[in-house]
Amino acid sequence: MSSLNIVLIPLLPLAVFLLLGLFGRKYLSKFAGVIATFSVAVAAFLSLSTAYSYFFITGKTEGVYQKLEVMKFTWLQFAPNISIDMGMLIDPISVMMLVVVTFVSLMVHVFSLGYMKGEARYATYYAYLGLFTFSMLGLVLSTNIFQIYMFWELVGVSSFLLIGYYFEKPSAVAASKKAFIVTRFADLGFLIGILILGFNAETLDFGTLIQRLTDPTSTYLQGSVASSFLGISSLTWGLVMVFLGGAGKSAMFPFHIWLPDAMEGPTPVSALIHAATMVVAGVYLVARLFPVFSFDVAALDVVTYVGAFSAILAAVIACTQTDIKRVLAYSTMSQIGYMMFSLGVSRYGGEHGLGYMASMFHLFTHAFFKSLLFLGAGAVIHMVHSNEMSDMGGLRKSMPITHITFLIACLAIAGVPPFAGFFSKEEILLAAFHSNKLIYVLALFTSGLTAFYMFRLYFSIFWSKETQHTTDAHHDEHDHGEGTLSMKIPLIILGICAISSGFVPIASWITSDGLPLETHIDMAFSVAPVALGLGGILLALFLYKKANPRPDTIATSMGGFYRAAHRKFYMDELYLFITKKIIIKLVGRPAAWIDKNIVDGFMNFIAAVTALFSELIKGLQSGKLQQYAAYYFAGVLCFVLLFIYLWH
Amino acid sequence: MNSEFLILMKQEMGVTLILFILLFLKIWDGIKENGILLHLINVLLLLNFLLGFVLNQNGELFNGMFATNSLRVMEKSVLNLGTLIISLQAYDYLKSHKHLLEFFMLLLSTLLGMFFMISSNNLLMFYLGIELSSIPLAAMANFDMDKIKSSEAAVKMILSSAFASALMLFGISFLYGTSGTLNFQELVSLITGSPLQVFALLLVFSGFAFKLSAVPFHLWTADVYEGAPVAVTSYLSVISKAAIVFVTLSSLAPLFSHLNEMWYHLLFVTIILTITLGNIFAIRQDNIKRFLAFSSISQVGFILLGISSGTATGATSAIYFLVVYIFSNLGAFGVIALLSSQTGKENISDLKGFYQTNPLMGWVLAISLFSLGGIPPTAGFFGKMFLVTAGAAKGNYVLITIAALNMVISLYYYLRVVKAIFMDKNETPVEPLRGSLSLRLALLICMIGVVGTGFAGGFFEHIYQLAAK
Repeated sequence: MSSLNIVLIPLLPLAVFLLLGLFGRKYLSKFAGVIATFSVAVAAFLSLSTAYSYFFITGKTEGVYQKLEVMKFTWLQFAPNISIDMGMLIDPISVMMLVVVTFVSLMVHVFSLGYMKGEARYATYYAYLGLFTFSMLGLVLSTNIFQIYMFWELVGVSSFLLIGYYFEKPSAVAASKKAFIVTRFADLGFLIGILILGFNAETLDFGTLIQRLTDPTSTYLQGSVASSFLGISSLTWGLVMVFLGGAGKSAMFPFHIWLPDAMEGPTPVSALIHAATMVVAGVYLVARLFPVFSFDVAALDVVTYVGAFSAILAAVIACTQTDIKRVLAYSTMSQIGYMMFSLGVSRYGGEHGLGYMASMFHLFTHAFFKSLLFLGAGAVIHMVHSNEMSDMGGLRKSMPITHITFLIACLAIAGVPPFAGFFSKEEILLAAFHSNKLIYVLALFTSGLTAFYMFRLYFSIFWSKETQHTTDAHHDEHDHGEGTLSMKIPLIILGICAISSGFVPIASWITSDGLPLETHIDMAFSVAPVALGLGGILLALFLYKKANPRPDTIATSMGGFYRAAHRKFYMDELYLFITKKIIIKLVGRPAAWIDKNIVDGFMNFIAAVTALFSELIKGLQSGKLQQYAAYYFAGVLCFVLLFIYLWH
Repeated sequence: MNSEFLILMKQEMGVTLILFILLFLKIWDGIKENGILLHLINVLLLLNFLLGFVLNQNGELFNGMFATNSLRVMEKSVLNLGTLIISLQAYDYLKSHKHLLEFFMLLLSTLLGMFFMISSNNLLMFYLGIELSSIPLAAMANFDMDKIKSSEAAVKMILSSAFASALMLFGISFLYGTSGTLNFQELVSLITGSPLQVFALLLVFSGFAFKLSAVPFHLWTADVYEGAPVAVTSYLSVISKAAIVFVTLSSLAPLFSHLNEMWYHLLFVTIILTITLGNIFAIRQDNIKRFLAFSSISQVGFILLGISSGTATGATSAIYFLVVYIFSNLGAFGVIALLSSQTGKENISDLKGFYQTNPLMGWVLAISLFSLGGIPPTAGFFGKMFLVTAGAAKGNYVLITIAALNMVISLYYYLRVVKAIFMDKNETPVEPLRGSLSLRLALLICMIGVVGTGFAGGFFEHIYQLAAK
């Protein structure tokens, strides 16, 4: 494992971005896709070789995986004892993320060769993809919390560009803005969290910070536990604030509102950003600081309950959506909720760290099957030219490869053995079972719902209306079949991964303390989730395999609940209500009223007094300079009153 | 003695020399071509800027009236650089202007005033400097002679400065009355915090706050910025702000050293008012100069936030931020100057679809705005980050939270302009603008600064070394 290889991994996409960004549109528009794909392929290869040498050759010392700093230099000496470093941190989770990010990115690059062909801004698209991949890799490799924040923001900017790629569409522009602003608000929490943690630990470096805030004898830890605000220790505040930033990027409740709208971007982009990479950044962040989190049960509880609530909320909403990408978006939110609460129920070290391992395992497997689902959906949309389920149906004959791979991915996410999702979900459920029964029940229920809505999707796309599409497919002039070879290959490769990635022994590689963890699949334990999953699938089969009135009857009988879920539990309306009604009405209007009546009135009064003096020079003045002067004197007067008579 | 005199006052001497050269050029009236004159002036300004890098020496002159050290030399160099960029950008505006030489004479007089202000070690010297730096500015605000708004700006500026100066002088006389000295070092130990002295300090502070356009002393800003020619507006919003911040750091803050807590609370109130009100007003503006005026008010609040920490880190962050701010604000103003001089348009709505016809200028403006909004990886992000972090060292989370919230709000309105440039549709976007070579060079310098400063790690440390002395 040479450090040059690792340095090259993020630099390759950056080079692509610079090259295509500067010259792409004019000179390279034909080759943009090939150039970008090739360089990401090299990066993916380097990542795999890094992973191989880390996990099998250099990573372990006395059986424990070490944190290695491949490269590190002091970039800014901010204060005598706080410096900001730039570097690359190699440890089990960052190596795993390297593989996931470059691999999924590669698949998306290949898929886009066909999908985006003929777009006017083809080179720009690949330039943005390069920028995104670079910033995501930088985020993953960061050695300190400031560096991660920078790349965090850069990821936000590049996803803003990608979501708004179809900027002719007003909805895409609105969605990209929404995503950016919502996550920015969450990032604000992150920034405050960084400041609190940095202030308490007097360092920004991950290694030192974790060491200082986890050693019970250290003065840093004692200090940050002792100082409190509103009865909660500053350590908890710091961690919860950092989690808030993570919740924004990972679309956890209540910051999830941007994710469904972000589906306005090109579908391969959704596969990259909203399935495998950016949305798991929040999980990654919590995992990165996990040793500190594990010392603070209150913060972990926040993570647990936010995660579990998001998981079930999203699953319920997903059952009612009719836009296939939105179903997938809510499904992503639900699965990330899984990863979050799995971290939340975990503790540090050995058996207690099962949840941590399971979360990382699920992150790994989820990346493959969810990006497969998105790419499959992309292929379907490419053919049907619509996102609505009602426009689809009976596609299994005209799109055999998409059909099979999509089915594999659905089985994987539904947790049917031996597909990948089964293993990781089992571990999560087991971890939840051992620490918190309430969470376990919620998770179990969510898992049943997941199987149901995924197969609702599957049957609606590929079965349902039999006759219409199979005949149309032969006669339709506009039909361009299942797509190019470059769109099929990623589907097949990811399909293979969705089957096999469950067998990767994550448990012996990625654990909370670096020691391998003994795990085993307990057949008896698996009965409940698998049965629920199959039940969900059967229910979907019964309701959606053939077009029939049953779903509508059920929806009607569910009445208000269905409507509420269909409208996403009125979250968007709530936000609008808060911003439009409460903030504008309760804050804005009175402020305007005060401004108009009291401030202006007061000013007019003072102006009237000073009018006597200003009369002499009035002829020279334009505008309301006398009011300015009055304001100025009033300001001085206020300061004098405030600081001499009140403060002294 | 003589050589030391020249070395210590090298930058002041440089500016004075250029002033005289311009004066003789005016009398001689031999060069008829404005373009040549402008290039000549730019070369002179460049030489003057380079003067800051040679023969540095610490010392005092005129019985301690005038003091200089390497930090002050650096600060003056920053102002020189900013002036040079503005002069390059003003090429298109001044090329056809009758009173080109007067413009520079006035400009350099104010610069000279700022230099004396920065190097002042005595309240009297300081007062002379601040007056020299503000009175010619009013004449410059009136440089669009056929526009009534420009005259309005000039009158408003001169009258409001008069209020501020009067009160400040009032404060200074109280300080003299209670302590018997005007020397800064002697004053520091003689200020004990009697009500009269506190009153005097508050008056002096309000004078500073006026020059900085801090709320509630900001009202003149928007009208003057809107009415004045773009070159003058950018000078006002960048160079004269920077000079006052430098003086605040080196002279005003030490005066309060025995009244630590009061100084902090005074800043606390001012910061919150300034950041918040500046932002709220900026959101509503459509005229882009007014918009930048209010956003610059908010930026000043952030600078004060760094100053409020009272540490060398805070001072360094403020200076660092100012350098970045000069690059980013002048980058934005450069494009606006071009737009205004070629089309007369100055509204945000005129920028709709700007990218379609002016891709390069669109990017320059967008990057500058990103930097002003503090979006990484532009230098503005680092600047804000340092200021907030330095301010956070006091542990006042209320202040930090308000500041951070305002960062997000400001992002909203900067993005609004960026959206207009890139995303909004427009049937009749502004025609392609043709900037002169000078202007392009100035924008290039700004872009290098905006992108490069953040990554040049040693720069912050360099300032820190100077400020910590």
